Amino acid sequence: MTFPAMSRSVPASRSKLLDANLAGWAMAGPAIALIAVFVIAPFILAFGLSFTNQRLISPNPTQWVGTENFANLLGLGIIPLTPEVDAATGEIKREPSGAPHFPSTRSWTRNNPDHPWFNGMRDWFAVTLGQARYAVVASDVLFMKALVNTVLFVIVVAPTQGGLALLLALLINQKLPGINIFRAIYFMPVVVSIVVVSLLWRFIYSGENGLLNNMLGALTFGAFRPVDWLGEPSTALWAITAMSIWQAVGFHMVIWLSGLQTISPTLYEAAGIEGANHWQMFRYVTWPGLRNTAVLVLVVITMQAFGLFSQIAVMTQGGPTDSTQTVVFQAVERGYGKQDIAGGSAISLVLFLIVLGVSLFQRYLTRERTP
Amino acid sequence: MKKLVVLAAALFASVSFASLAEAATDLQMWYHGAGNEVEKKIISQIIDDFNKSQSDWNVKLEQFPQAAYNDSVTAAALAGKLPDILDVDGPNMPNWAWSKYMQPLPLDEALLKNFLPGPIGKWQGKVYSVGLWDAAIAIFARKSVLDENGIRIPTLDKPWSGDEFTAALKKIQASGKFDYPIDMGMAWKGEWYPYAFSPLLQSFGGDIVDRSTYKTAQKALNGPEAVKFGQWWQSIFKDKLAPGTSEDPALRDSGLLNGKFAMSWNGNWAALGALDKFGKDLLFLPAPDFGKGPKIGAASWQFGVSASSKHPDGAAAFIKFAIQDKYLTEFSDGIGLIPSTPEAAKASKNYAPGGAMEVFYGLSAKQGLVRPVTPGYVVESKVFEKAVADIANGADVQQTLDAAADEIDADIKKNDGYGH
Repeated sequence: MTFPAMSRSVPASRSKLLDANLAGWAMAGPAIALIAVFVIAPFILAFGLSFTNQRLISPNPTQWVGTENFANLLGLGIIPLTPEVDAATGEIKREPSGAPHFPSTRSWTRNNPDHPWFNGMRDWFAVTLGQARYAVVASDVLFMKALVNTVLFVIVVAPTQGGLALLLALLINQKLPGINIFRAIYFMPVVVSIVVVSLLWRFIYSGENGLLNNMLGALTFGAFRPVDWLGEPSTALWAITAMSIWQAVGFHMVIWLSGLQTISPTLYEAAGIEGANHWQMFRYVTWPGLRNTAVLVLVVITMQAFGLFSQIAVMTQGGPTDSTQTVVFQAVERGYGKQDIAGGSAISLVLFLIVLGVSLFQRYLTRERTP
Repeated sequence: MKKLVVLAAALFASVSFASLAEAATDLQMWYHGAGNEVEKKIISQIIDDFNKSQSDWNVKLEQFPQAAYNDSVTAAALAGKLPDILDVDGPNMPNWAWSKYMQPLPLDEALLKNFLPGPIGKWQGKVYSVGLWDAAIAIFARKSVLDENGIRIPTLDKPWSGDEFTAALKKIQASGKFDYPIDMGMAWKGEWYPYAFSPLLQSFGGDIVDRSTYKTAQKALNGPEAVKFGQWWQSIFKDKLAPGTSEDPALRDSGLLNGKFAMSWNGNWAALGALDKFGKDLLFLPAPDFGKGPKIGAASWQFGVSASSKHPDGAAAFIKFAIQDKYLTEFSDGIGLIPSTPEAAKASKNYAPGGAMEVFYGLSAKQGLVRPVTPGYVVESKVFEKAVADIANGADVQQTLDAAADEIDADIKKNDGYGH
């Protein structure tokens, strides 16, 4: 993207920016002040606080702790484990399943002076390669799980929500009688507060008498066994993912729609005359025309998905067994719930760097290539 | 413009007249019970009586919804705008005292000698807050169900042992008449978890934090006793003896009444509804004894004086006035809470000898144990809440408790020992 002002000479644009545009500055003033107070200042504060031990409320003075918060957040270690050997027979102890029995990492990570690096770390996951097992331990397993859940959520939501939204936009971009009713229906979840939507979906997903269970039961003539969607670690995150996709799909549908309507109808007419079928029209007319819209939708969905919070706060509180912990939920839980502002700030900063990195990468992938 | 001048003049006049009329000093008071009409009526009555009984002080009430109350106090403290008289939840008091929101209560301790231990808030040897009531937890059960299944009815002197309790649950489960033998109230996220479940851990011999020093949770929260608690706790959910963390809040309120659950681990505030339904068939059973004596949580909302108050003597005078037996009785009759003194209990509708909820007074007096008295409790309670929820959901017991103990220790260290 290039700005017209950039091609002009530099002194001209400077005088325009500083002197001639007083009215402009006055009008932008309130917005700039608000952004400075509520976006820029908190960001700078979070950056500074993440290097201290700042508490929400405490009579103790704040101290500079350097990168300790980040070390506590991101510390990782790998412990190689060998199977336990029966001292009497010299044979490897085995689980009932026949797999070798490995010792617990507890003797490495708790009060072991030989391995200060591992002290206080906990099992995250383990990889078994033949007779050896490598246990990956982390200082903050909760944060690691939150990070993995958030990334999974983004990976599923970004393409699915974008794709579904495009599909819906194509469907409603037609001149049919009553099409506005469908536009309104698809857009409706967007204007309802996410908190309300989450509460409603809690009833839908309820394991006891939930709508979803009842419906699946009726469709399969009772063969379907009810699932506690939000109560099972294996389904909770996906239940929230599905609901989130449904909730915001209408918003992105509207953006796609605006993109579709900028494509000149004459292009379709020309393609029709050339004998293009529907797929070819989409592939060679619609899709190239939606290029900038696609970049926008992708970046916006990614950023929103990384910020997953309200659904978690209302529906699961990060449970069951951390299967729905997310990075932003952890930041709030730590900063406010556990009064550890410094820890919460550190999480926010890490998230910022991740989102920045992902966005730059997306920009790079979708850059305009000159042939 | 003219209107504005008149308004200003009127305001000025009313202010000056008011200050001429009474020389009493205003005291601001904050209360957590906005939205509860009965509570409002009683507290307003006490304030009216107090304002009329003397001419030095004039208490003014401001009410907040419970969910927003603690946040409002934190915000007011940061802004230096705390009221004179504060309402505080018992376990939060040490944190507020340590953070210098509150000052010691200048009150003669002899006035409190008959009080239950729960309603007296002490931090570092000084009384900071006093409550007009306490709350207690019991196992709500039905005599007919226990008799049918041949289960002994426990008493305050001879409660169920841990094994007896688990066996009773299994017997009821085997009868097949209920969805679950007991409801622990897993739907009530938040302070309910440490309030209702940490006493079970204490009965096993563990605790949230080592109360001898308050500097570490190692051994207390992840020692062998705590692990035993964790294994038992996990088993009741694994064996489907109690509904898990995804329990529907509506079922929590109605499950016992409509016969889905045989028993319920619940507080005295829910007792009146259950009594209406089951009458004489309803029993309030004491907590089981898992080895170190039966325990239930103690301490509820209490009154104290804010650190920034310029008139602690006035605030204390009000609190002294409010803890008269007749007001304790009135609160108990109004909202079903346990009066803080035996005299008030005798005069009350539900806790008098022969009263429907008399048993709760005994429970509170005999089994009540306050939650850890430390400023770190606000964090420790959250860590504990997560740990018991995770264990109920099948997480590894030792690992979960180790992590919780480590997190509590790290928090204590970050706060330079919280002044212990």
